[in-house]
Amino acid sequence: MIPAPQRHSKALGPGVCGPELLIPTSAVLERPPAPKPQQPTAGGHAFMVDPHAVPDANASADPTRQHTKYPYVTGTSVLAIKYKDGVLIAADTLGAYGSTKRYKSTPRVVKVNNSTVLGAGGEISDFQHIQTLLDELATDDFRTDDGHTLAPAEIYSYLTRVLYNRRNKMNPLWNSLVIGGVQPDGKAFLGCVTMVGTHYTDSHVATGFASQLARPLFRSRQRDDMSEEDAMTLMHDALRVCYYRDKQSINKFQVAKATAAGTSVSEPFTLDMKWDYKVFKEPTKFSIGAW
Amino acid sequence: MASTVIGLRCKDGVVLAVEKLVLSKLLVAGSNKKIYHVDKHAGIATAGLAPDGRMVVNRACEESAQYKRFYGELIPGHVLCDRVASYVHMFNLYWAFRPYGATTLLATYDKNGPALHMIDPSGTAYRYFGAAVGKGRQLARNEIEKLKLSEMTCREAVVEAAKILHRVHDDEAKPFEIEMSWVCDESGKTHERVPAELLAAACTAAKASLDEDDMDE
Repeated sequence: MIPAPQRHSKALGPGVCGPELLIPTSAVLERPPAPKPQQPTAGGHAFMVDPHAVPDANASADPTRQHTKYPYVTGTSVLAIKYKDGVLIAADTLGAYGSTKRYKSTPRVVKVNNSTVLGAGGEISDFQHIQTLLDELATDDFRTDDGHTLAPAEIYSYLTRVLYNRRNKMNPLWNSLVIGGVQPDGKAFLGCVTMVGTHYTDSHVATGFASQLARPLFRSRQRDDMSEEDAMTLMHDALRVCYYRDKQSINKFQVAKATAAGTSVSEPFTLDMKWDYKVFKEPTKFSIGAW
Repeated sequence: MASTVIGLRCKDGVVLAVEKLVLSKLLVAGSNKKIYHVDKHAGIATAGLAPDGRMVVNRACEESAQYKRFYGELIPGHVLCDRVASYVHMFNLYWAFRPYGATTLLATYDKNGPALHMIDPSGTAYRYFGAAVGKGRQLARNEIEKLKLSEMTCREAVVEAAKILHRVHDDEAKPFEIEMSWVCDESGKTHERVPAELLAAACTAAKASLDEDDMDE
């Protein structure tokens, strides 16, 4: 005998077969729908998830919140080297809007506290957000007032974790960060954190175009015990190369210096460039063409 | 717990001074701080139950951080005072809570100038030129009234505060510590502890002037 599906009134108890009651009980009224060919009996009931209740479930569920897909106002390369007394970090002061050189006075190298400086390339608004986070950390240090402030390696670890966790949420802070400073034991520290959270420390660090253009110069000329003068000359040469070859850069730079005595960011300065090459002056003279 | 706290608002800043009775020889000197930093430009000295004071300070720190996150600026003194006073007052409204057993003296220096506010456990808050709370407050208030604070700089006020605290403490033979902080032009409008040498000099000057007074009598 094939068992036919019975309609049991729950009021009678489980598994009991009987007529439906005249006045339907809540068990009858709220029963799950009877099985139809299109609706299976097995499995859970159909339900809807309120998209606003699960914000991260699906990017298109809440169109007002978006994940960072592209950077808008960007900074280019950041260059940094260790030298005898500490660390130098340099960058230009351009906030480019695509190809437009839009904001020509954005500081891309900042002082974090008396032992650390931070340089950033990439999305400027994300960098400003990072500065706010670090400012809150520094205020916490100030409030504790126990003689300890955050060391460069600690800020480097903190930023790595922030960037990595944002990347895991598929909503990165679109920055390449360079953290430099002098540790409490007197040793210089220089580290780089990329927008996905990759991090490394080295004697010289360059992000963006500078990692192609300036790194060879650093590799051949940088020494951990170089004097400040040599370090500045090397930095200026590297900045010059970056300005010559990177179209999204301007001739206005800032260099931050971190030593055991403290940290400071220089005023913006210009470097002299050589543009009076014969080929530039008369570009068509040596070219093959009709005129 | 039994200690006197005074605040002096001078022409270029605010000085907070706490006289702490050293309860035991086993205590590390300089521990058990009663003056807290709330933000770069604001500090609080509490009198009364120390843990209650710390809760109020924590709330002030949160208010200050939230204001900065929202408005991008350091919280003005009168706004911070209002927020702390409302918070303290809340504990007077509901049967499940007991009021905070601490009076706070809030010293700030913002673009409206220096300000000293006092918030007591009922949530009443006023702005003062000079304020005293704690055990020897009556004597301290009499002494403060004699000073011309609007013409004094913070440097001078540090010495005066030390004198007042020494006078207030004079009756007892128990050892005590003085903790002082200031927020003034000299400190770069930042709330910081008074430099150790200045504090030491002020204390010796205070002791010397007390001895003089004794000799006069």
